[in-house]
Amino acid sequence: MDIEFSEQELAFRDEVRTFFENKYPQDILERARAGVGPSKDDMVRSQQALYGQGWAGINWPTEYGGTGWSPSERYIFDNEMARADVPPIVPFGLGMVGPIIYSFGNDEQKTKFLPDILATNVWWCQGFSEPGSGSDLASLRTKAVRDGDDYIVNGTKTWTTLAQHADWIFCLVRTDPDVKPQEGISFILIHMDSPGITVNPIITIDGGDEINEVNFEDVRVPADQLIGEEGKGWTYAKKLLTHERTGIAGVARSKRQIEKLKKITATEPNGGGATLMEDDDFRRRMSEVEIELMALEFTDLRTLAAVSTGGAPGPESSILKIKGTEIQQAVTELFVEAAGYYAMPYTPERFEPGSNEAPVGPEFAASAGPRYFNMRKTSIYGGSNEIQKNIIAKAVLGL
Amino acid sequence: MDFTFSEEQELLRDSVVRFVRENYTFDKRHALALSDQGFSTDNWKLFAELGWLALPFSEEDGGLDGSAADTMIIMEELGKGLVLEPFLATVVLAGGVLRRAASPAQREAVLPGVIGGGTQLALAYVEGQGRYNLADVTTTAKADGDGYVIDGHKGVVLNGPAANTLIVSARTSGEQRDGDGITLFLVDAGAPGITRRDYPTQDGGRASDIEFSNVKVSAEAVVGQVGSGLKVLEDSIDEAIVAIGAEAVGAMTALHRATVEYASTRVQFGVPIGKFQVLQHRMVEMFMECEQSKSLLYRATMTMDNKGAETARTISALKVQVGKSGRFVGQQAVQVHGGMGMTDELNVGHYFKRLTMINTLFGNIDHHMRRFAALDSAA
Repeated sequence: MDIEFSEQELAFRDEVRTFFENKYPQDILERARAGVGPSKDDMVRSQQALYGQGWAGINWPTEYGGTGWSPSERYIFDNEMARADVPPIVPFGLGMVGPIIYSFGNDEQKTKFLPDILATNVWWCQGFSEPGSGSDLASLRTKAVRDGDDYIVNGTKTWTTLAQHADWIFCLVRTDPDVKPQEGISFILIHMDSPGITVNPIITIDGGDEINEVNFEDVRVPADQLIGEEGKGWTYAKKLLTHERTGIAGVARSKRQIEKLKKITATEPNGGGATLMEDDDFRRRMSEVEIELMALEFTDLRTLAAVSTGGAPGPESSILKIKGTEIQQAVTELFVEAAGYYAMPYTPERFEPGSNEAPVGPEFAASAGPRYFNMRKTSIYGGSNEIQKNIIAKAVLGL
Repeated sequence: MDFTFSEEQELLRDSVVRFVRENYTFDKRHALALSDQGFSTDNWKLFAELGWLALPFSEEDGGLDGSAADTMIIMEELGKGLVLEPFLATVVLAGGVLRRAASPAQREAVLPGVIGGGTQLALAYVEGQGRYNLADVTTTAKADGDGYVIDGHKGVVLNGPAANTLIVSARTSGEQRDGDGITLFLVDAGAPGITRRDYPTQDGGRASDIEFSNVKVSAEAVVGQVGSGLKVLEDSIDEAIVAIGAEAVGAMTALHRATVEYASTRVQFGVPIGKFQVLQHRMVEMFMECEQSKSLLYRATMTMDNKGAETARTISALKVQVGKSGRFVGQQAVQVHGGMGMTDELNVGHYFKRLTMINTLFGNIDHHMRRFAALDSAA
């Protein structure tokens, strides 16, 4: 056991840091630091900059263009990325459908899709949840019926993040209604330009419009866009969801947020002639979150290490999802508290690209409320935290 | 000890319930929240006709001499409907200052308009650097001939955009955080030297940041005694805390009810999700939080009506409880509703946002926990 980085790892850290400081598009970082959410163009350019460096396929095997990083390198990269305020990698292509295709797709599909996913030439979104199928995903009803060389897809997918930008959607569809629910599900790729697809935005409680409902009405999908075998979609998706859970911990980003919070509270007055940082109550609650995060950082590293010595992340990854999201939520809550009365003004125009509007109150305060409200989604999506606890109870504790 | 409401109070509650049912469907509220003004002038006229705007004022002032319990009833029902009209800002908060400290001439000048529905008020007391400390005042009012000149910045003035008349806290003597030396002024919202920046709030309300630059007022503008404004401010805000405590109890009750209903009808894994024990316990905990908050609400209200010795301490206890319960009930209502709880299309998120703002308003949990401890006479 050794907590120190090797010289080689330190050199890698410097390389990554230098890249973000010099070669990465600085305008994207400036907007991120001003609290402005990334545009589609920002996200694409960001990922293409990583791709140019060979750093796009973070979890991918080297044969498909992956980085082949050790857990330490992965850890270093995540931390440097958060430190520089680089927008998070949009997970649907690089983190989700890419691994599914290289794991379960045929050679043609790998050749056709993987290079564009790695280079972020195409935008992917995820079609899993349905209005009637949330936690009980296996009850999904969007059906795909074989018709010659095509499937005909009918149904509705919902909570589809950033579908408004997407070129492709990967979907779980029901191909066989007569077997056990899990065994009648298939994994299929659908082009978003296909006739019969409509995308309707869903406004969220923070005022955001990043999620959507996607409707399919008699959408023809070439049968060669089915991944793997018919009826095996559930198995593939389960593997994917386990992967998703490791990424979901967001340790490096939470660390960065706590750093920012400390910087803010070091000057923010507590109303008694001292700063919030000197306020025992506030400081204690900030410390409680930081301690949870220190523990989670090592739980995350232990999981990564186990994966690197063989074996996929197991049901233990549910711990990362639960704790990671609880911490993300707790941090956003502290920002709201730090803002005091200035958590109240709702000034979304502040976050529009090119906005020169002066802030009402302290700079950080405008995004505090919306971020807190928005982050409530994290204990719901990717398998709600209640479902994660069921998984641990069953698969880890054997109950 | 008596926990029953009088017949008049039951009628009052019925009239607010009816108002909410008829005027605060989801769509109507949504449209109002997005409108320029953020509330309805017609609704406000109705408030006046129903006598709600007169309720807490004395009969001498043209009011109805209502009790703290009456205000509690109104606020609780308004909370269930997420009502946007500025009853809190005009009647409870600024109205409370005037009831406590205004001169007969000031009452005569302002209160008929308030009671009749034509006048909107706002209390400008927040300063960013002061956080929740009401004594931390850097806005100055310097003697100038027969009157004063006010300079400074006030933040998050509730109902600022609609207010015709402002009540402003300013320092006439002493250092930045001295308890003495704070004076309250009645200021015309259109007075030269006032610059407003209006904005909506996270919960659909309206507020302003207001800059006072060389604003001249007469000596008659002073509300109460020169230099003794803090006590009036504290008592008025304590009363307002009980009012938003009632609003929060109303919001939590409605939110809990909606959550139980949703859990009873939303089917996953072949059964309503309310059949899952983990969610049953969650909703039981939400229920207990509602009940505990209601108990402290009643306690604070009854203490206020009886002018009990521990009024301020009980009010801080209520604010702590409502802060904690509101957070739990709000967060868990969203959680149990799943993705639906995250959408703007359900009231769930709107209640959650209002409860979050109620925790911030007039001092958060930490602030009132400290005040509660400091007011312990045994300590």
